[in-house]
Amino acid sequence: MMNLRDAIVELYKKAATSLPSDIEAALRYAYPKEEKKSNARVALSAILENIRIAKETQRPMCQDTGVPVFFIKVPVGISHLELKSAIIGATRIATEKIPLRANAVDILTDKNSGDNTGIGFPVLYFEETKGKKITIDLMLKGSGCENAGQLYKLPVEELKAERDLEGVRKCVLDTIYKAQGKGCPPYIIGVGIGASKDQVTKLAKEQLLRRIEDKNKHEVLSELEKRLLRDINQLGIGPLGLGGKTTAIGVKVGVNHRHPASYFVDVSVCCWADRRARLTWKM
Amino acid sequence: MNVKNIQRINLPLTKEDVLSLHAGDIVLINGLIVTGRDRVHNFLFNKKPSKKQIPFNLEGTILYHCGPIIRKTGKDFKLIAGGPTTSIRVEMYEHQIISEYGIRGVMGKGGMGEQTLNALKENGCVYLHTIGGAGVYLADRVKRIVDVWKLEEFGVTEAMWMFEVENFPAIVTMDAHGRSLHEGIEKKSYNEFKRLIGL
Repeated sequence: MMNLRDAIVELYKKAATSLPSDIEAALRYAYPKEEKKSNARVALSAILENIRIAKETQRPMCQDTGVPVFFIKVPVGISHLELKSAIIGATRIATEKIPLRANAVDILTDKNSGDNTGIGFPVLYFEETKGKKITIDLMLKGSGCENAGQLYKLPVEELKAERDLEGVRKCVLDTIYKAQGKGCPPYIIGVGIGASKDQVTKLAKEQLLRRIEDKNKHEVLSELEKRLLRDINQLGIGPLGLGGKTTAIGVKVGVNHRHPASYFVDVSVCCWADRRARLTWKM
Repeated sequence: MNVKNIQRINLPLTKEDVLSLHAGDIVLINGLIVTGRDRVHNFLFNKKPSKKQIPFNLEGTILYHCGPIIRKTGKDFKLIAGGPTTSIRVEMYEHQIISEYGIRGVMGKGGMGEQTLNALKENGCVYLHTIGGAGVYLADRVKRIVDVWKLEEFGVTEAMWMFEVENFPAIVTMDAHGRSLHEGIEKKSYNEFKRLIGL
């Protein structure tokens, strides 16, 4: 799978050096809404300038090239192991070539592997699909924003959050209030609701793959997403936490069935540098 | 940068320089700064190396919370991207580092807590907020990499790098007079948060 490996190196480069068009458009749209001569405008103008320079000079827009997270859809009959090996190989090449910052640190020795590979690193999620093409979504998830995420087990008494979508709304607002500017707002927020902790954290992250304009297929969730975006932007945290109207540019909510006794909510926060890119590959 | 009240500052800073800065000021930094993130802070805090054991003069400089991308070609280091990392992670260490090593500025993103705010006031130091995520925009304001300390032991990301910067932009968000822009924004957002969730 040599050619696929090279294509994944290119995917890394695209993700690290250029923002998806919907994210860049949302940041541009936010700029004139902030007050003239405000810190919010200072921050947004530097961010937009940074996006331009990174694309032009083909350098990673942020020094934290994050944890690479792959969501891979694989047609029936294609080996997951071979795909994994192509991704690991591509990760090593991309780290050297682009370059990416080496971010994989051994828990026991504190040594950095130097090439962004290690135990469970990068993060890979495989799913079989009926289609004929391999679809690879790559997200370079910065850790400033990853650290801002929270997991809730409803009910949460101190938030008066019960086991319903209103309770979910309170959890999301709690996460963003606590995050303040630590994770580089304007944020994009993914929410996952369901039965088990591991599943909702993945579901929340998966929501971050949806484009800003993507409308939730469930009307009630679509309304929740819109309301949350309005609410979050009332908090006044603003770009980079320096105050202002734009604390978030998107909220996306996903649901799984839950157990009668469990109601887990995971809130995954993504920085303005929402670096995701997609590769479709015909075998 | 689209700006208001900007002032150029030249390093090293004196206590008087620091006292003339106020929360809300935008500065363009010129001179020698050093980087340090999680491991540098942990090391300085726990091992307490003497000033002589550190190859850089930290008096009057700015400690920049940054783990850069740096490429080595031959003997030369080239800075590819170098924006700030989240400062609050080193909150438990920073107050001691400010008082022990005579730094006059701490720079990063997201702001810091009460312990640091007190240390800024007691020692004459400021917290500078630069542009989170603006890795290349900020790297282009680093004229050269002067030197590095602890590269072998800590690795590229966690080492202490000395950069010469030119017109490197930042906003003073916590000053030596006890004022923090972050506190104000947090308080306001807390009131709004309480209203929105009906607490």
